[in-house]
Amino acid sequence: MNLVFRLAWRNLWRQPRRTWLTTGAMVFSNTLLVFMISLQFGMYGLMIDNTLQAFTGHLQVQAPGFIDDQKMRQTVEGIVPLANELRGEFPDQHVAARANGFALISSAERSYGVAVFGVQPEYEPRVSTLPGLVATGRFLEDNDATEIVIGAALARNLKVGVGDELTLLGSGKDGSFAAAVVNIAGIFDSGIPDFDRSITEIPLGLFQDVFYMNGSGHHIVLNNGGISGVAELKARVEATLPSDQELAVHDWDRLQPGLQQAIKADMSSAFFMYGILVVLVAFSVLNTQLMSVLERTHEFGIVMSLGLTPGRLGRLVLLETAIMGLLGFLLGTFLGGLLTAWLSVNGFAYPGMEEMAVKFNLPARFYPEVSTLSLISGPMVVFLFTIIAALYPALRLHRLHPVEAMRAV
Amino acid sequence: MTAVRCVDLCKTYRQGEEDIKALDHLSIEIVEGGFVCLSAPSGGGKTTLLNAIGGLDKPDSGEVYIAGRRIDNLSKGELAELRLRKIGFVFQAFNLIPVLTARENVEFVMQVQGVPAAERGQKALDILEEVGLEGLEDRRPADMSGGQQQRVAVARAIVSRPALVLADEPTANLDSKTADGLMELFRELNDHHNTTFVIATHDKRVMSYAKRLIRMLDGRIVEDIAQDAA
Repeated sequence: MNLVFRLAWRNLWRQPRRTWLTTGAMVFSNTLLVFMISLQFGMYGLMIDNTLQAFTGHLQVQAPGFIDDQKMRQTVEGIVPLANELRGEFPDQHVAARANGFALISSAERSYGVAVFGVQPEYEPRVSTLPGLVATGRFLEDNDATEIVIGAALARNLKVGVGDELTLLGSGKDGSFAAAVVNIAGIFDSGIPDFDRSITEIPLGLFQDVFYMNGSGHHIVLNNGGISGVAELKARVEATLPSDQELAVHDWDRLQPGLQQAIKADMSSAFFMYGILVVLVAFSVLNTQLMSVLERTHEFGIVMSLGLTPGRLGRLVLLETAIMGLLGFLLGTFLGGLLTAWLSVNGFAYPGMEEMAVKFNLPARFYPEVSTLSLISGPMVVFLFTIIAALYPALRLHRLHPVEAMRAV
Repeated sequence: MTAVRCVDLCKTYRQGEEDIKALDHLSIEIVEGGFVCLSAPSGGGKTTLLNAIGGLDKPDSGEVYIAGRRIDNLSKGELAELRLRKIGFVFQAFNLIPVLTARENVEFVMQVQGVPAAERGQKALDILEEVGLEGLEDRRPADMSGGQQQRVAVARAIVSRPALVLADEPTANLDSKTADGLMELFRELNDHHNTTFVIATHDKRVMSYAKRLIRMLDGRIVEDIAQDAA
């Protein structure tokens, strides 16, 4: 082992309690950071998945411009055969076709304006969690049946229940009058009042018939199962689309721009807290190394008289700090990784979470997401700040004068 | 050939309201292979002179030359390099690095000098044997007697065969037998390697080993005598 490294290592253990306390602070903060960042990434993953799997999906094939200006006539022609083609091309993906429009929905007593989605009953449950949220009755079954599922808030407002009849009045693709009488098959409760008040679903076949879609629809949803690999999938889907009609493929980030913004906002506040933790650790290191340098002033005077420059001594102090930081990094990452790996398998819950999860169709436990990034990003920042904190004691050595230093007790 | 030359050195310290003249227009010349003792009562200026010669402290005025090179106007880095390569220091309080063994203490300076690992390891063993510490190479300072520690300090100072060794009260913490042993070692190195020794002391026995005895008082040389060493 290099003599300077040996010297640095042994210097650390001159005051083992102090070294362990400082290293312990690093280990604690690194363990906490690994756990918190992994949990945060896991939560974001869950948040993205839940949001996208609720309705949006990870990719959508649409007519160009539909995303910004959702006009009835901006359609995907032959949407069901195209969805079937994509399903055949990407057997590991869940694919479903949809159409959507607006209608006035009326019960015997009241009328409300709602968004009407035409969905494929067979495939919709694989791209959306909405069918799983049906609390009363059932989800749609037949692609041409004259039935509808509505939200609990709308059912309350319309004063209707499962089996009751509703009238839909809207405007078809060609601008003509669209009307239908449908029976309520099921009532869903998403827990989001706005959603439950304004969204309704009918079979795609019925939608195409009522709204004169002539076999067209508005978007094909692809559910990738998770956000990793979406960019690659998008490229593959774009390459697969027929050339005879102009179509656009949008990923989840374009479809749900607010989602990334919400995550970024949450990350900013979380990183502010992490920053405070890192600064506290850095001050602990600063204190330790400053004390270590001060109590060795006499010794530093001696080695300077032997010909060591302040720069070399400063590097020795930085090396001592780096060893301590590395120890904190390795132990913290190991312990944090171990804890997080265990929780990523067994999950993490808090009291009351289970009831909430059932209500919102969410998993009953959080699972931290262990990745290289979540494992090393926090500890790396702690290590970096540890070195920065040691710069002051190291640079202070440049002010040391050998004769004065040797007089120090 | 001149090993050390000081010309008209002045150094004043402020102690409270009083100015203390540690060096007062002092000039001195020491030849290569010299074995010189500086003797003075406390505050007489011998340590200040030693520090000025070793480039540890700068005089207020005057010039210091080591082997013909002026050093009082060198930068901190240049002085450190000079001390590393040309000058060996032995201190009263041994001043070894407590976490390193005897061998590592001796090796440390060589490592800084850039001596390859194998060479410095062998050199350290040889020099420790030469100062009579064979078998104690792996002991840390805390496990050695004062005399043994001072021998390690001497080994550290001379391992790179510096042309000049400066020793400040090297026997002050040693019993008479160990002190005699140390002085014999200095004389042997002086005789065999032509190393120049400048020793600040007020120990009469140490003075008896010197070939030249310089007495100082209030920063001035009051007596400079050549003598037959003991």
